[in-house]
Amino acid sequence: MKRVSLVLTFAAAAVLSSGAVSAQTLKTVQDRGMLSCGVGQGLAGFSSPDDKGNWTGLDVDVCRAIAAAIFNDPTKVKFIPLSAKDRFTALQSGEIDVLSRNTTWTLSRDTSLGANFTGVTYYDGQGFLVKKSLKVNSALELNSASVCVQTGTTTEQNLADYFKLNNMKYEVIAFANEDETVKAYESGRCDVFTTDVSGLYAERLKLANPADHAVLPEVISKEPLGPMVRHGDDQWFDLVKWTLFAMVDAEELGITQKNVDEMAKSDKPELKRVFGTDGNLGEQLGVTKDWVARIVKAVGNYGEAFDRNVGAGSKLGIARGLNQLWNKGGIQYAPPIR
Amino acid sequence: MSIEPRPPPPQFALLLKRALGGRAGWGGFALQILFVAALLWIGYEIVENARANLAAQRITSGFGFMRNTAGFDVSQSLIPYSGSDTYGRVLLVGLLNTLLVAIVGIFFATVIGFVVALGRLSPNWLLSRISGGYVELIRNLPLLFQILFWYLAVLAALPNPRQSISVFGLFFLSNRGLVVPKPIADPGLEPFALAILAAIIAASLLRDYARRALFESGRVITIWPYALGLLIGLPLLSALIFGKPVTFEIPELKGFNFSGGSRLIPEFVALTLAISMYTASFIAEIVRAGIQSVHKGQMEAGASLGLSRGSTLRLIVVPQALRVILPPLTNQYLNLTKNSSLAVAIGYPDLVSVFAGTTLSQTGQAIEIIAITMGVYLLISLVTSAIMSFYGWRIGRSLGA
Repeated sequence: MKRVSLVLTFAAAAVLSSGAVSAQTLKTVQDRGMLSCGVGQGLAGFSSPDDKGNWTGLDVDVCRAIAAAIFNDPTKVKFIPLSAKDRFTALQSGEIDVLSRNTTWTLSRDTSLGANFTGVTYYDGQGFLVKKSLKVNSALELNSASVCVQTGTTTEQNLADYFKLNNMKYEVIAFANEDETVKAYESGRCDVFTTDVSGLYAERLKLANPADHAVLPEVISKEPLGPMVRHGDDQWFDLVKWTLFAMVDAEELGITQKNVDEMAKSDKPELKRVFGTDGNLGEQLGVTKDWVARIVKAVGNYGEAFDRNVGAGSKLGIARGLNQLWNKGGIQYAPPIR
Repeated sequence: MSIEPRPPPPQFALLLKRALGGRAGWGGFALQILFVAALLWIGYEIVENARANLAAQRITSGFGFMRNTAGFDVSQSLIPYSGSDTYGRVLLVGLLNTLLVAIVGIFFATVIGFVVALGRLSPNWLLSRISGGYVELIRNLPLLFQILFWYLAVLAALPNPRQSISVFGLFFLSNRGLVVPKPIADPGLEPFALAILAAIIAASLLRDYARRALFESGRVITIWPYALGLLIGLPLLSALIFGKPVTFEIPELKGFNFSGGSRLIPEFVALTLAISMYTASFIAEIVRAGIQSVHKGQMEAGASLGLSRGSTLRLIVVPQALRVILPPLTNQYLNLTKNSSLAVAIGYPDLVSVFAGTTLSQTGQAIEIIAITMGVYLLISLVTSAIMSFYGWRIGRSLGA
C-alpha cells in the first residue's frame, strides 16, 4: 500500500499542479543549493549506502559529478532511493531532477514517459543466476524452471520472449523489491534469479554462500543503462549528458583524479579547451569554465569510477568488457569537448 | 364487502418539490443544481488540467494501451493467459486473482473468527484463554510482517521439488506449492453435475417441508440423513449409469518442476493464511461483542426450554447478535479485500502486482492505471457492501424489526 500511495501522490501532483514542469531545472537546482537524484534502493556497485551511510556506486557517482559541475561540491546531492516501479513517476512529477538508477534505454521509455535518456553509463545485458548444485550450464537447460524477477523492469518481457523463442516453459514469480526477489530465490522458491548481469554479480554478494551460485553464460538482451531527465528542458538535458561525456573523455585524455591539477596547466590545445583555460565551453553549458576539472576531482574519470564501484577495484570485480573505451576494444565513446 | 379509505389524490408537483428541494422548496432545488454544477466543473477542470499537463510534458495519455500486447507472464491465472495477450486481459487476470484471495480469505476469516469468538465465550477456562491469546497476538502484529513470516516460514520448511513430500504418489508438497491431480472432464460430467443440482434442490425442498412442519404443527423431523443420502446417492447413481465424471491427471516430476496436475502456489497459501488469520482476530471480537449484546436472559430462556447450549446459540442468540455483528463485519470484509493488495510483497500476482505494478511500469501511464485500479477496488467494495446490506435487510425482516 505504501508503494501505491507514493504513486498516487505523484499522480495527484500531476493532476493538480498547473504547468509544473519548469524549463529551468538548472536554475531551480542552483536556487535550492542541492541536486535531487533518484537512485536505486541498494544495488551494490551502482547505488547503495556504505557502512557510514554515504551513498556509493556508479549511478551515485554520476549524480555527484553533476553536483560537482554545478556547485563544485559532490556532496550537495539529496539521494532519493526509488523502486523500479516508482522511478519514472518520481521524475515526471518533479520529485527528482535526474534519475540515475540503472534504467534501460528503450524506445518506449524515451518517447512515452515525457523523459529523455542522456547517455549510457553501463552497457549491460540480462542474465541468469542459478545454484551450482542444479548442474545447469546453459540457459537453454532451464525448461520448466521457476524464475524470480523484480517487477517493473524490462526483465519480465525479455524473459517471456526468451523462453517463448526457445520453446521452453517456465513459471515467473514477480516481486516488488529486489531484496524480496533475492530472498525468495535463496529460500528455494525459484531455481533461477534473473536481472541485468551486473545486478546478478551485485546480488550474489548478498547471498549466504556466493560461491554456491553461478551466472550462466547467456546474455539474452541489450540493456544500455543510463540517466534520465525530464523532457522539455534542453539546457538541463545537455548538462547531464555532457557530465557523463566529460567523464569518458577525461579517461580517453588520460586525466585522472590524481593528475588533474597538473594536466590543467598543460599547453595542449585540446586540454586547454577541456579545462576552460581557452574558450568558455563550460559557460555554454550553464556552469563554470573549470567544470571538467571539478567533475574529475570529485569522482574521477569514467574508468576510475568504474573500477572503484564495479570493476577490478571493487568487490564485484566485473571486467570492463563492452564498457571499455572505444579505442581499447569496448564501445564507450563520447563526442569531443570542443 | 370491506370499505377501504380512498387514497388522497396524487400531487406530483408537491412530491417532486419535496424530493428535490427538501423543506427549502424550489429555492433549495436551485441551490442543489448550482452545487452539482460546481462539482462537475471542478471535476472537468481537474481532468482538463491533467490532460494539458501530460500533453505539455509529452507523457502519453489515454486508454489505448489496454489493447497493446502485455508481453510478460503471470504465475497464476484463472483464465487462459499468455504473454501475447493484452494489458486489458492482464487487468482481468489480476482482478480474478484478487477476488480469489478475497473470497477464500473472507470464508476462512469468518469461520476462524466465529470459532475463536465462541471459544472465548466458552466456560472452558483453557479454551477461552487460548482464544483470547490468539486475538491479542494476531491483531497486534502488522499484517505485512505476518504475510512475510508465513511466506518465508512456509518456504523454509518445505523441501525442493526433487525431494518433495509425496502422499500416495498423488499429492506432492514442496517449496513450489502443493501439486494435486487435475480433474479432466469426461462425458459423465454433465449428468453428474445435473445429479448434484437435483440433489441440492431436493434437499432444500425437504428442509422447507421440515420447517413448515415445525412451525405449523410443532413436529420435529430429522432430515439430515435423507439429505445426505440424496447428496451422495444421486451423483453416485449417475456415475454408475453414465460412467465416471472426471479422470485425474497425475502430476509427475519433469526437469525442475512438476508437469501435469493443478498447483496451489505458496504465495497464495501464505497470503490467504495471513489475511484470514489477521481478519479473523478482529471478526472474533466483533462476534463476541455481538453475542454479549444479546441479553443473557435469552440464553437462560433457551436453557429453560430444554435446548442445548449449541442449539440456543444457533437458534436464539446468533440470529439476534447478527444484527449487531453485520455492519462491523462488512467493514472487516472490505478491509480484507483491500489488504490483499499487500500480495505484491510476496510475489502473488494480484491486481496491484500485475496491473498497478508491471503494467504501470511498462506503459508508464500512472494516472490511468491508478484510476482504473482504484475504480476496481471501489467497485469490489461497493458490491461487497451491497451484498452485506441485503443480507442485513433480510435478517432484520425475519426478526420482525
